[in-house]
Amino acid sequence: MLRRTRPAPRLARTAPRGRGAAALLLAGTAFLAGTAFLAGAAGPALAGKANDTLVYASDSEPENVSPYHNSAREGVILARNAWDTLLYRDPATGTYQPMLATAWTWADPVTLDLTIREGVVFHNGDPLTPEDVAFTFNYVLTPEARTVTKQNVDWMKSTEVLGPHTVRIHLKAPFPAALEYLAGPTPIFPAAYFKKVGLDGFAKAPVGTGPYRIVSVESGRGVKLERFEKYWSGSPIGRPKIGKLEFRVIPDADSRMAELVTGGIDWIWRVPSDQADQLRAAPGITVLSAETMRVGFLQFDVGGRAMEKSPLRDVRVRRAISYAIDRKAMVDNLVRGGARVMNVLCFSGQFGCVEEGAPRYAYDPAKAKALLKEAGYPDGFEIDLAAYRERDYAEAVIGYLRAVGIRARLNYLRYAAFRDALRGGKVSIGFQTWGSFSVNDVSAFTGVYFRGGDEDLTRDPAVIAALQAGDTASDPGERKAKYAEALSRIAGEAYALPMFSYPSNYAFTQDLNFTAQPDEVPRFYAASWK
Amino acid sequence: MLRFALRRVLVALSVAVTVSVASFLLLHLSGDLATAIAGPDATGAQIEAIRTQYGLDRPLLAQFAAWAWKALHLDFGQSFYFREQVTDLIAARLPVTLILGVVALAVALFVAIPLGVLAAVRRDTWIDRAALFVSVLGQAMPTFWFGLALIIVFSVNLRWLPVSGNATWKHFVLPAVALGYYAMPAVMRLTRNGMLEVLSSDFVRTARAKGLPPRKILVRHALRNAVIPVIALAAVQFGFMLGGSIVVEAVFSLQGLGQLAWESIARNDFPVVQAIVLVLAMIYIALTLAADLLNALLDPRLRQ
Repeated sequence: MLRRTRPAPRLARTAPRGRGAAALLLAGTAFLAGTAFLAGAAGPALAGKANDTLVYASDSEPENVSPYHNSAREGVILARNAWDTLLYRDPATGTYQPMLATAWTWADPVTLDLTIREGVVFHNGDPLTPEDVAFTFNYVLTPEARTVTKQNVDWMKSTEVLGPHTVRIHLKAPFPAALEYLAGPTPIFPAAYFKKVGLDGFAKAPVGTGPYRIVSVESGRGVKLERFEKYWSGSPIGRPKIGKLEFRVIPDADSRMAELVTGGIDWIWRVPSDQADQLRAAPGITVLSAETMRVGFLQFDVGGRAMEKSPLRDVRVRRAISYAIDRKAMVDNLVRGGARVMNVLCFSGQFGCVEEGAPRYAYDPAKAKALLKEAGYPDGFEIDLAAYRERDYAEAVIGYLRAVGIRARLNYLRYAAFRDALRGGKVSIGFQTWGSFSVNDVSAFTGVYFRGGDEDLTRDPAVIAALQAGDTASDPGERKAKYAEALSRIAGEAYALPMFSYPSNYAFTQDLNFTAQPDEVPRFYAASWK
Repeated sequence: MLRFALRRVLVALSVAVTVSVASFLLLHLSGDLATAIAGPDATGAQIEAIRTQYGLDRPLLAQFAAWAWKALHLDFGQSFYFREQVTDLIAARLPVTLILGVVALAVALFVAIPLGVLAAVRRDTWIDRAALFVSVLGQAMPTFWFGLALIIVFSVNLRWLPVSGNATWKHFVLPAVALGYYAMPAVMRLTRNGMLEVLSSDFVRTARAKGLPPRKILVRHALRNAVIPVIALAAVQFGFMLGGSIVVEAVFSLQGLGQLAWESIARNDFPVVQAIVLVLAMIYIALTLAADLLNALLDPRLRQ
């Protein structure tokens, strides 16, 4: 509040007029303009073709650059560029090719022998040996390693060095998807270096054998990489064409877009549909929309832990919800960009993701209402729905539920809080998404949510048994049959409602040749300047 | 003056102790720490091992004493998330926030004080109304919106300044303006009110009667007195800006303390949150103390 005080007329008359007043009033603007002028052009941008530096940005950083010690997608990108794996899966054909292992044979369903390539060196100059492979896997299995991505390695029991070029992996149980895991989230560490510097030292100065070597890691700022000139020849991923990579953390989506438009960065992803439309109109920018392996789904508190007398314990209510949501309309109008409706709880490209035999829930609000009435909820009920990303999708779901009488309240949480609540049995309906760690096998999806683990809200012994059989059978036909059994039971009981695959919108400078893959792993080593 | 200063320092110290107790309790009220540290995949035995390792099985008072002793030596333990020393994390991020805060405050004062003086001198004219309009606008505009507007004008369209990051001094210009504009209205209005009050006081009338030149009266007599509450406000505003820079740091991707605090809260990284609360509180207390002492120096009446 301004206080009224007596004016000071004499002084006002004698105070500087005109010139002085204008000067003072414009002081702020002058300062602004002055600093801006002094700054001049913002100097040469570090990004771009001219500097042979591909700068890419994302909204968050991995907590630790070590690939076994973060579960962030940004960490996966770094891992794929700085570390090699034993096998390589060709994204075009899906076949496995030799990488750090030149050959592999199953001695029996729980014993896998691999021949380790000669002539590969780590970024610090150490040669790759079977000891490095054995050390890496044995280390990440220990509790002291505090591996974050446990589900990617805990199918292994131990690894031993068999000879000068051979290692043997002992499995806990038959696990046919092993090759898929060895071709993805299981990079190899340099044993001697890691033992010397420990995890803390490794996180600050990581070393791999990958096509790029990490030059610097700055918490909160990003990571700089450059082409590893001694990268082994003959690698299926080839020698990178771009000399330097730089990963930057820019939390705000609008700022990322502005950086891209001004040439401060070259590549962004997860661009929301509306921003993608704007960027399509911007000069010098290419926008690419591609489907990913990420699937959105509603998870139901079937056990009734979150809510006493939960309506969700009744299969008719769960089916009613499944009929109430127009997933097709959501894909067409909201999600867009190459997304598809999913009918079983996995990504339809994954091995074992079998739709046959599973009931489908086409949009039918009348049927949903009838089912609710039958279940004893003619006027619907109130319930909580928790979500952690794409708030607009969650709100659309709430709208559809409201139309059949279910009044859902949105609990929008950060992922860590969401997961804690879900695991703690405090979530009635969870709007989940899962990208399967880019593993192209259904075990990476159903295993997390239906094999009796912390995030299994169903704990159905029949589903658990079928999945266990599918995960461990060595015959591909038998595996498929077991997964079909589990997936159709999940759909029939409406334990969860698969929604749709997620698209990813990429936006990048027109100077760049870049191809996107459904596994949501941008392969910068394969990108090039035009 | 000495007694006054001593009294103020004692008050500041007691506030600091209270804050440190509160920030320690904050950590222990938020659930079982051992489980939080161990992570979701830990077994009961691992959680117990962590409980012993971190000394969480000892009485709360003993834990507080140990924590406070370490905190006095600037040892805040390890971040659960980054597994790095909290002191190192804060040391890396604090300069960014301090630079941002200082420059923003300078921007705010540089604009607000002349504007406030001018509005008072030209009271009820279009200049006064324009100044008030600028200040109302500053209060009404959300910082993130203003930040984005600055980016669109100065980075995207004019290409004068970089959008994000903190590599050079140029990177601080837009964020400091965005944050400074947030602090500007209060300072401007306080200056205006103070000036109006002083200009109508007896000693200014006496000064005028003595025939002193108006410019001298305005600067040496009026402004010096009007600026006293502004000093206190500026200190408070600076404290607010340190805590409130979260939004600006996010928009301009400045990796400062605000950003770290926000991320750490989301990740349940208690030692980091606790240390940031303590560090910001200490800065705030120190600033308030400094402002009080400075005011007392400028205005002897305040020492009573």
